[in-house]
Amino acid sequence: MEAKKNMSSLIIYIVLSILSVLFVIPIALVVMNSFKNKLYISTTPFELPNSTSFVGFKNYVDGLTKIHFWNSIGYSLFITVCSVALILIFCSMTSWYITRVQTKTTAFLRTLFLTSMVVPFQMVMYTMTKTANVLHLDNYIGINFLYLGFGAGMAVFMFSGFIKGIPLELEEAAMIDGCTPFSMFVRVIFPILKPITITVAILDAMWIWNDYLLPYLVIGTKYRTIPVAIQYLKGGYGSIDYGHLMATIVIALVPIVIFYFACQKYIIEGIVDGAVKG
Amino acid sequence: MNKIYKKPKYLAIFTLPTLIAYIIAFVVPFIMGLYLSFCKFKTIASAQFVGFSNYMTVFTDTRGFIRAFIFTVKIAVVGVVTTNIIAFIFALLLTRGLKGTNFYRTIFFMPNLIGGIILGYIWQLLLNGILIRLVGVDLTFKASYGYWGIIILYNWQKIGYLMIIYIAGIQNVPGDLIEAAKIDGATYMQTLKSIILPMVMSSITICTFLSLTDCFKMFDQNLALTAGAPRNQTTMLALDIFETYYNRVGFAGVGQAKAVIFTIIVFLIAMIQLRITSRKENN
Repeated sequence: MEAKKNMSSLIIYIVLSILSVLFVIPIALVVMNSFKNKLYISTTPFELPNSTSFVGFKNYVDGLTKIHFWNSIGYSLFITVCSVALILIFCSMTSWYITRVQTKTTAFLRTLFLTSMVVPFQMVMYTMTKTANVLHLDNYIGINFLYLGFGAGMAVFMFSGFIKGIPLELEEAAMIDGCTPFSMFVRVIFPILKPITITVAILDAMWIWNDYLLPYLVIGTKYRTIPVAIQYLKGGYGSIDYGHLMATIVIALVPIVIFYFACQKYIIEGIVDGAVKG
Repeated sequence: MNKIYKKPKYLAIFTLPTLIAYIIAFVVPFIMGLYLSFCKFKTIASAQFVGFSNYMTVFTDTRGFIRAFIFTVKIAVVGVVTTNIIAFIFALLLTRGLKGTNFYRTIFFMPNLIGGIILGYIWQLLLNGILIRLVGVDLTFKASYGYWGIIILYNWQKIGYLMIIYIAGIQNVPGDLIEAAKIDGATYMQTLKSIILPMVMSSITICTFLSLTDCFKMFDQNLALTAGAPRNQTTMLALDIFETYYNRVGFAGVGQAKAVIFTIIVFLIAMIQLRITSRKENN
């Protein structure tokens, strides 16, 4: 019995190990090819770099400078951080208010915010881009405001669900002590929201960091975020330089991998949370 | 709640910033989009009302929206079934109490963090490499290559994600139920069929709808991997709308009409999901 159990455990380990290799191969392949001359990448991607095909960091140096990829990393970071901050601050406030104060207005607002969750981006892509142009939101500052609007549906939904579970006593005690609603929110409520704030932050950070269509349409001609820059590399020139493409993909993956291993626990929990509730 | 809260001043402080952003980014564009779907236009200012003619074009042009719809349904059916079955098997393997399974969980989940554009190019390299070696052509040669390419890419991206939800579901099955079944002499397959499967039905519902909506809305992966090649035969709904809007002169109104129909489809899927979930909760 014991031997049989060990045997089946061993088989499971072997199966899992083979599967994890399959999961890593695509990424390893990109890393390997990023050190090869572009001529050898699309024809023989599975061969290790050798003396003729190895070019060292040439793809990195050339690729990054040619499409100003450092700027793209800067734009992506700036937009992700600012948009997430805006969403967390304003949506937590809105959610707390419309959950705690039950009037016809707040009930209407709740329904209004949730509508956007079931509407695909294509429905508003053209008209939203035009609106952004008219209001001069088509730059890397204004786009954060658009992300606040777009992220509101999901964030309000998640925050409201959490706030419903907070006992009223805490807030009532704070009110008796003479807190104004605003200072009460900042001092009492916001700290309690920490777990759901982390969840919303992770979901939105991943969405905005990886988003392609919105930044492409709104600010794509002037400010290219990472996904837009990579797609531009492919579409902007007649022939694709696979060397540059591989190098930029590797550089784009580095922050994601670091972020993942640094806060893996929160990421996995947050994403499951979002899926189950959303 | 205290009356102070109801003062308009506080309503404004707490809700106005979000509300203004939401109106600009979503409400106004949504209403304008709805209206424009009944118009012929090059710019919004020059829009002319044409009734249902855009919608008629959508349904009579069989090589556009309808083909994209059929292709998307094909992707969705196979994509949902394969990702869910594989993710469920992975989850079963990782919940057998073996040591060190966290490492595997970490690896399987990772692709889910990578954006669709990057994923598309990673898989283009790999699949083109294989195809060129085996048959001497690349992904753009045949629609079926692109089709299976999208399916493989989607599996690689989503299996880890769905797996995590299934793991949470399986871990909620009370251990003593499984123990009792074992003592009664049930085989692993019997335990799986009569105890585990019925108890993770809610996870199955969540995962099915998650992957279904995902497949219908897929855009980035489609654009980067095949961009519709060959000859728009691998264009999914979202990409077809984008192409109609921006790459066909004079078709902006038709593109917007397609977007409205697309919205209705996604909305219907969400409503069916809501129905099923609330019915379960009532039981």
